[in-house]
Amino acid sequence: MTAANTPLLRWLRATGAVFMKDWRSELRTRYAISALVMFVITTISIILFALGGEGASPEVLSGMLWVVIFFAAMSGLARTFVMEEERGTAMMLQLTTAPSAVFAGKLLFNLVLGAGLTVLTVVLYLIFISGFTVKTYSIFLGAITLGSIGLAAASTIIAAIIARANTKGTLYPVLSFPILLPLLMTVISATRLAADGMPFSEALGEFQILISYIVVVVTTSVLLFEYIWKD
Amino acid sequence: MTLRISLGILLTLVIVAAIGFPISASPQHWYEFPLIPGLEEKARLIFFHVPTAWLSVMAFCTSMFYGILYLRRRDPMDDISSSVAAGLGFLFCILATVTGAIWAKFNWGSFWNWDPRETSIFVLLLIYGAYFSLRSAVDVEEKRATLSSVYSIIAAVTVPFFIFIMPRIMTGLHPGAKGDPDGAGPVVEFKMSPNMRVVFFASLIGFTLLFIWMFRLRVRAARLEYFEHAKG
Repeated sequence: MTAANTPLLRWLRATGAVFMKDWRSELRTRYAISALVMFVITTISIILFALGGEGASPEVLSGMLWVVIFFAAMSGLARTFVMEEERGTAMMLQLTTAPSAVFAGKLLFNLVLGAGLTVLTVVLYLIFISGFTVKTYSIFLGAITLGSIGLAAASTIIAAIIARANTKGTLYPVLSFPILLPLLMTVISATRLAADGMPFSEALGEFQILISYIVVVVTTSVLLFEYIWKD
Repeated sequence: MTLRISLGILLTLVIVAAIGFPISASPQHWYEFPLIPGLEEKARLIFFHVPTAWLSVMAFCTSMFYGILYLRRRDPMDDISSSVAAGLGFLFCILATVTGAIWAKFNWGSFWNWDPRETSIFVLLLIYGAYFSLRSAVDVEEKRATLSSVYSIIAAVTVPFFIFIMPRIMTGLHPGAKGDPDGAGPVVEFKMSPNMRVVFFASLIGFTLLFIWMFRLRVRAARLEYFEHAKG
């Protein structure tokens, strides 16, 4: 057996192929990307109008940042699985690719999309919301990195359920919110610490929770995905 | 039958003892509960509130157990058991929330104040609300069973974050939260006198039996409905 044909390499190639397929079809239609960008811009301007020039405390604003990210993610991250059902390509993917490779590819795609979404939101938020200043950048960077990874991880498996349930978008936030709440609460508390200028060591507990949350959610998703995916 | 009768007797005794036994500052007799400063008569809540919460956690574990069994065996009966257990868990979760909120009004001053425990029970309610809306959204029987089992398992793995981890990093009023002088953690060492302990554990056993009885009854009813439906 040559090195190119080991099961692991084949699995990695399949994962990469699923990711590239989604990426290319996304670049052709720009459905999810434009939905996400418009959603973020709309929500941030609503916040600006609602504040109406009045300042809000950094505590409130750091919570609001994650409200924007959560709902933006809910508007775009289900796309990758719903698309397969809409175009009727799910069956083909089931026949040709191992379920774990499909999941890994979709997760990777959502990770990229989620990271882009988070970066865009954070940049716009820092520019336009003047009351929100970050004092400890190390905590803030850790929080947004781990936060967007966890968000993508949990919303990928829920997206798989939603696509199967044929309910499109309506149930997506309802099902995702309880699963994401531990993540959101921890990440909001870490963002607050960053806005308050606490030293990095103060946020270690939060980071431990975030990392264990990501590990737990990804592991269970990988174990359960096969049951959702196969008819 | 024996289960029903013994359950009736046990819970009657528990209710009589928990509500009827006097609370006195210096207990003289075996039936007198000691007075706990700051709690007084409100201490009786523990005999009902904690077993209610215990029953709902037990029901959710049962629901997840049958969910896993369903994914392994694909037997529709397992799905029936799973959804029945989730329904009972949801009912008792509401009861625990309501009893806790009423008690909080008189002891902490407001019905709700986002204490870590209150947050976690709120999330439990949300999870099972989502679980039932997912079930009602899917028409195909096998698909509904699979998707709801998977959802309940994913939800169950995130629950420990609330029950074990959140109370440790957040301060709260509920026993077992950070800042509690007796230490933070999910297992709360109650300062109970021996006679309170007996009533408390009798109540726990009573609620466990209550769950088994209600669960068996409703599974039987749901199965009859299923077969009736299958016949046409």
